[in-house]
Formats: sequence, C-alpha cells, structure tokens
Amino acid sequence: MLESKANLLRRHIIKMTFAAQSGHPGGSLSYADIVTALFFKVMRHRPGEPNWEDRDKFVLSKGHAAPVYYAALAESGYFPVEDLLSLRKLGSHLQGHPCRMKTPGVEISTGSLGQGLSVANGMALAAKLDRRLSRIFCLMGDGELQEGQNWEAAMLASHYKLDNLTAFVDRNKMQIDGPTEQVMSLEPLGDKWRAFGWNVLEINGHDMRQVLDACEAAAHVTGKPTMIIAHTIKGKGVSFMEGAIAFHGKAPNADEYRIALKELGESA
Amino acid sequence: MKWVYTSQRKEYANALVEIGMARTDVVVLDADLSSSTRTVEFAKKFPERFFNVGIAEQNLMGTAAGLAVSGKTVFASTFAVFATGRCWDQIRQSIAYPNINVKIVATHAGITVGGDGASHQALEDIGLMSTLPNMCVLVPADGIEAYKAVKAVAEHKGPCYVRLGRADVPMVTKVDSPFTIGKATVLREGADVTLVGCGQMVAVCMDAAEELEKRGVSAEVVNMSTVKPLDEATLLRSVKKTGCVVTAEEHSTKSGLGCAVACSLSENYPAPLRRVGTPDCFGESGESNELMSRYGLTAEHIIDSAEEVIRRKKK
Repeated sequence: MLESKANLLRRHIIKMTFAAQSGHPGGSLSYADIVTALFFKVMRHRPGEPNWEDRDKFVLSKGHAAPVYYAALAESGYFPVEDLLSLRKLGSHLQGHPCRMKTPGVEISTGSLGQGLSVANGMALAAKLDRRLSRIFCLMGDGELQEGQNWEAAMLASHYKLDNLTAFVDRNKMQIDGPTEQVMSLEPLGDKWRAFGWNVLEINGHDMRQVLDACEAAAHVTGKPTMIIAHTIKGKGVSFMEGAIAFHGKAPNADEYRIALKELGESA
Repeated sequence: MKWVYTSQRKEYANALVEIGMARTDVVVLDADLSSSTRTVEFAKKFPERFFNVGIAEQNLMGTAAGLAVSGKTVFASTFAVFATGRCWDQIRQSIAYPNINVKIVATHAGITVGGDGASHQALEDIGLMSTLPNMCVLVPADGIEAYKAVKAVAEHKGPCYVRLGRADVPMVTKVDSPFTIGKATVLREGADVTLVGCGQMVAVCMDAAEELEKRGVSAEVVNMSTVKPLDEATLLRSVKKTGCVVTAEEHSTKSGLGCAVACSLSENYPAPLRRVGTPDCFGESGESNELMSRYGLTAEHIIDSAEEVIRRKKK
C-alpha cells in the first residue's frame, strides 16, 4: 500500500521533471519512500486545514528534492495533482525550490542548502513553548551536511533537548561533483551526530518497514533529537538513474521518460 | 548645541520587556552578546521565552525563522556587523523570501563601536539589509526613537532590521514626537538646503543647521528614521522647497541612506547633492569622537557640503 504510493510519487517525479525539462530527479527518487511514509502514515496533518496548529511539520532542507515534496503534497490534497506538471514554469506556484509564499502546505522556503535544520529547531522550540505535541521532521541531504550551519543547528537541538525533532539524512553518498567521500568526506557520519548529542539510527531508506519503525522509535526517545541516517540509492526505482550522478540535476529525455515510467509500473 | 545623551540599547531593553509583558507570542534570541545588546533584560524577566544560540549567527536567523513560522514574533539580536554580514543568505532565504515576522535588532552599528576596530564596525549593514525585498530598515536617531522603533516593528507584519549604536547618543526627538515606520519627520524647517540624516547623524545635522543659521543659511533637517521604505514624499517636498540636499549617516556612502536619497532624487527631482558618511574604506580603532572626526562625520563636514550644494544650485 505505502510501497505503491511511493511508486506513484516516483512516477510524478519523472513526469514533472520531464515536463519541466529540468529539476532534480535523482535526489527526489532517493527520498520517495521516506516522504511517502511521513505524509501518508507518520505525520498528523490536515491538507484541508494547512494551518491546523497541532499539525506535525515537515522541512525539506534539501530543497532541490522539491518534486517529491510537491508530489506528496498534491497526493495528500493540498492542491490538484494536475498542478504538478507546471513545475518550474512561469507563473506556477511550484517553484524550482520550495516557496512558502506560493505553495499550499510548504512550511518554509528552502533551496540555499544547510538552512533547514535551524528552521526545524525554531519550530521544535515553538512547539515546546506552546506545549503542543507536534513533531518536526527535517529532511536533509548528505552533501549539504558540508554546510557549517548544520553543525550549529546540531548543537542547538541537543542543547535544548529537542526530542520532538526527527531529522533524516538521505545518505545516497553522491553530490554534484562526485561521491561525497571524494568531494568532502562525511564519515564517520553517525559518530559525528552522536558526538553532538543526538540519538542516531541507521536504516535502509527504501525499506518501508525500517522507515516506519525508525519514526516510531524516534517518537519514544526523550531528552534528545533523533537523526535517522537513511542509506539510499540516488535515482532509486529507475534502473539507469540509480547511482548515476548525471541525474542529480538533469531531466529525462523522451526515451528515458518512457522507459522510466514503464519500470515504475505505468502502462503506456 | 548642548545635548542630553541617551542609550539606544537601554531603550531597546525597556521596550522589549514591555512588549514581552503585553504579548506572550514574543520571543527573543541572542548569539552570546545578550549583556551587550541588553536582551539580557528580557531574558531575566522571561527566561522561558529567551534562547541563547551561542556564537552562531546563521543558526540564530534560521531558528528565528522556525519560531516565526510557528506564530511567534521573534526578536533576534547581536552586533550589526555579524547580524547582517555573517548570515546575510540566511536572512535572505529563511526570513526575507518567506516574508516572516523576524525583527533583527542589531546594536554596535557604525564607526562609534570604537576600539574594537574595523572587524566590528558595521558600515555596510544598511545597504545589506536595504537590498533585500520585504525588509524594512529602521535607523532610529536616539534612545527615544529606538524605543518607539522597537515597539513599531513588534506590530509590523514582516521582517525588519533596526540599527542601534553602542555609545549614548544625543536626544534629538521628544517623547511625544510622532514615529511611524516609513515616515520621516522634519525636525527643523528651513529654505536654503535640506539636511537628511539617520541615526546619531541627525543630531550632527541639527548642530550643522544651527551653525549655518549663524552664517545666514536656513537649513531644513529631515530625520529619515526609516531608510526603507524611504519616505519619498517628505524628501521631495523638502528638496522642492530648498533645491539642494546633504545626506548624513554613520555608514558607508556606497550603499546606505545617501544612495537611497540619491536614487530617489535622480529619478524624481534631480538636485545638487552631497553624501556625508564613511568613504569606501574600512574603519579602525580609536575613541568614538576621534573616529567621527577622522571619517568626516562632523557638523563641519556637513556645513561645507551644504555650502557647496547651495553654490551648485545657484549656477
């Protein structure tokens, strides 16, 4: 059920980036399972009432994965699914990177990397101040952890014991210029977060059971935030995009589009 | 003129504590400078609504953004040089672009920071903040205006930057003087030249106007306490009357009040203009008054500039 929803989001990602002839399919596909788990199972939210004060909140720190975010918002009912094909087009509410002012359901504008966790911290502090049960979820990329601001935010989250904050790292081990460990190594990544005072879980980010279990486990941790390092495959679900750095920020051509949709189970 | 001096920082703290008492949605963030910015006064009164983020300005602004989108009115404070330069992209991306309720109140702006030297002297902050869409930029003239500006931004919807100094400054306004975001006030009427100042340079403009009067020149002094949005109506009304203008700010002439006034006038009513401010350079260590002299932030410089634009007007 959730797996087929994730597949649906993947098909949207391919259709959106094909229609736009730009955008970031690779890092959207790698996050599809986690985003599906959050929007369709874990998070308490009301698409008909986007400003419901007790909602759980979602921050896409790696804003270039906007296609998977928009697909999840549309399938949740925040706006019509037909809008998805307007991605990146002039006048569309679906900007290349998430925009709070334009898109229903988007909590904060992102795109300049490394800023989402700080914003999630602020949301988590506000929820504590207001004694709300809201959980805050922040989805980060692995490459963007090279931005120093993340580590400022990592310190704050544990200092203020933000146990209502759960962050994910999409550990697909790739960034634009190549493998993360070649460009600027991140390992030992789990130890880094543990050293900053976080509860750290490592999962297969494409195994729905593991994703749900990790979210559940994080909910029961008290006194510290949780980082879920999700081992993923960039481009997951489309054979020729899997592990292909070229599809970080490149749309499929017509042939690739047909093959991709076929692989994702859509009949022509 | 014999001035009474007031502290902008003290008035910031007074206003903040009053706002904190009246409104539970107000939270305050600081980056390890709360005893200098005086947000410590709020922290003492409302410890649960004060968050020190440590020496981490980028995270300061991001955290402020997260609180603001959760319905809080957030005051974020540190020194002006760090509040604007160290985290400009965070302000752009997470605060100005989403147009949210973060009020950046920065202290220790300008050359009068003194001994700390160039690394701590914000001479570019008005420009850095003015260039951001949605951002309001306020430069209060004295302690009374600092108090009013803080009260005003708390009520304003959207991001604001309030620029305050370290040193005590001359009291040029009165407790009952009007203060509205986006509205300049004429502190002294005149016919021959318009002196437009912001921050503590308003007092220097008043000194210059007094001296000019002795020389038979009637100077109008405009307190441009909001640099953005610029009160073009008041500016143009004055310059159409006087025909020439001198701007004065404790900030680089490359991007601050002088530039905003020059842009407005060149499009709407070209008139002889001189900008008094720091030239295209960094500051240095020294006593506040020594630095003001060295960098030309004096009544004498304003007077010379006024006499020059008046001469140009007559050609």
